Amino acid sequence: MSSVSSAAPRPATLPEPKGFDAFLAIAIVAVIAACARALFFTPIDAMLGAAQKIFYVHVPAAIIGMYFCCGLLFISSIMYLWIKDERLDRLAESAAEVGLVFMGIVLVTGPVWARSSWGTWWVWDARITSTLFLWLLVMAYLVLRSGVESIEVRARLSAVMGTLAALLVPFIHLTVKLFRGMHPEAIVLAPAKPNLPPVMLMSFGLSMAAFLLLFVALLRLRFRWAALRDARAAMEAA
Amino acid sequence: MSAVPTGATHKAPSYLADAWRIARKDLLIEFRTRSAFLAATVFAVLAVVIFRFTWDPTAIPAMDLAPGVLWVIFTFSGLLGLNRSFGLELAERAYDGLLASQLSREAIFTGKVIANLVFVMCVQALALPAVALFFDLPVGPSWWIIVGIVLLASLGLSAVGTLFAAIASNTRLAELLLPMMTLPFFVPLVIPAAQATAVVLRGQPIADGMAWLKVLLAFDLVFVSACIVVFPFTIEE
Repeated sequence: MSSVSSAAPRPATLPEPKGFDAFLAIAIVAVIAACARALFFTPIDAMLGAAQKIFYVHVPAAIIGMYFCCGLLFISSIMYLWIKDERLDRLAESAAEVGLVFMGIVLVTGPVWARSSWGTWWVWDARITSTLFLWLLVMAYLVLRSGVESIEVRARLSAVMGTLAALLVPFIHLTVKLFRGMHPEAIVLAPAKPNLPPVMLMSFGLSMAAFLLLFVALLRLRFRWAALRDARAAMEAA
Repeated sequence: MSAVPTGATHKAPSYLADAWRIARKDLLIEFRTRSAFLAATVFAVLAVVIFRFTWDPTAIPAMDLAPGVLWVIFTFSGLLGLNRSFGLELAERAYDGLLASQLSREAIFTGKVIANLVFVMCVQALALPAVALFFDLPVGPSWWIIVGIVLLASLGLSAVGTLFAAIASNTRLAELLLPMMTLPFFVPLVIPAAQATAVVLRGQPIADGMAWLKVLLAFDLVFVSACIVVFPFTIEE
């Protein structure tokens, strides 16, 4: 009985995991360079002071964490229920985890800026509260995933939650918006032309690009890790 | 052979009749054991009393605190009942029997939602007077509006809660996971419900709280339908 599992050679072997990921290294260097430009080579805002520089980290992280990662999570969850492709499940999982990191950056840099600009660490404003709830929702999604052993069941149940979460976000936003609003309106994504001086806009564009690079690198790494884990689980089960 | 009445063709049971059958089964079990109901009502009354002792009536008027207390109790006592909904089917693999029956998955889900809705409403029928009593709230005809708000919020809570109870019963964490998954979903229920209740308790015209009631209604419409659609996915094929 035992010789069957040990002696039988497996046709499929796991690829060797690499210790160094060049893409990630480039992304990290790009983020450091973008931060350096924002800190040392961009003028200080006349009205908001030096604290405004948080904006170069806060806004890209918010755009990536909330729109890219959560969007990806929701779309791949809905698509999974439809076509049941396990790669979509891995994509949803990776997007959720990377999104948690970026939203974490938003929730840390936000209060730091709020303290120096509004004089308080936290305000129960619509955007801020929505972000916090989104963060908690993604956290719950990941805890749900950790509570299920079987790959197929985990994918199915978490896709159900991801789909419902997609429906929930507009409701949370509407509810907390009706409650009150104080966050500065979006400047870069404003419907009208962004009214930012060109130097600042350039710095912002560069840090946005750097953070996008980091997002893709992390997502790619996380996705590969999930694929390896699933392949290993399949080999062990065989 | 002729004894078999050929005219009595098999009548396909209708969706709502099936759902009601499931709901009646769950409610009958609850009625005979009363375990979850007692736990939830005792919890609700205890919570009202504890809130009463953390509250300084000279600093905050009862009117401002009561809606919050009411809806916090509503949320947590609702959770107590939801855990039971699918937990009770796990014993002796009753769930497999349910799935093997001719009932459609949607009917099973709707039945569970109805049972939970009745459960939550019954707990509220005790919690609401308890809050009114301990916080000395003026009771008038406007309380019918509060009953309506409770009904709207309970429907949303039961639909989303039942779905997540089904999901949680499939996991290792079960009861621990349920509040974590459901509470973010209760935000668009609890905030509008508490705000609308505050409008009613302050004696303002109901038009002031109309926006909140619309959010509640929209939530119910979207999530009751969405949960019925996605529920079959929580079941192993």
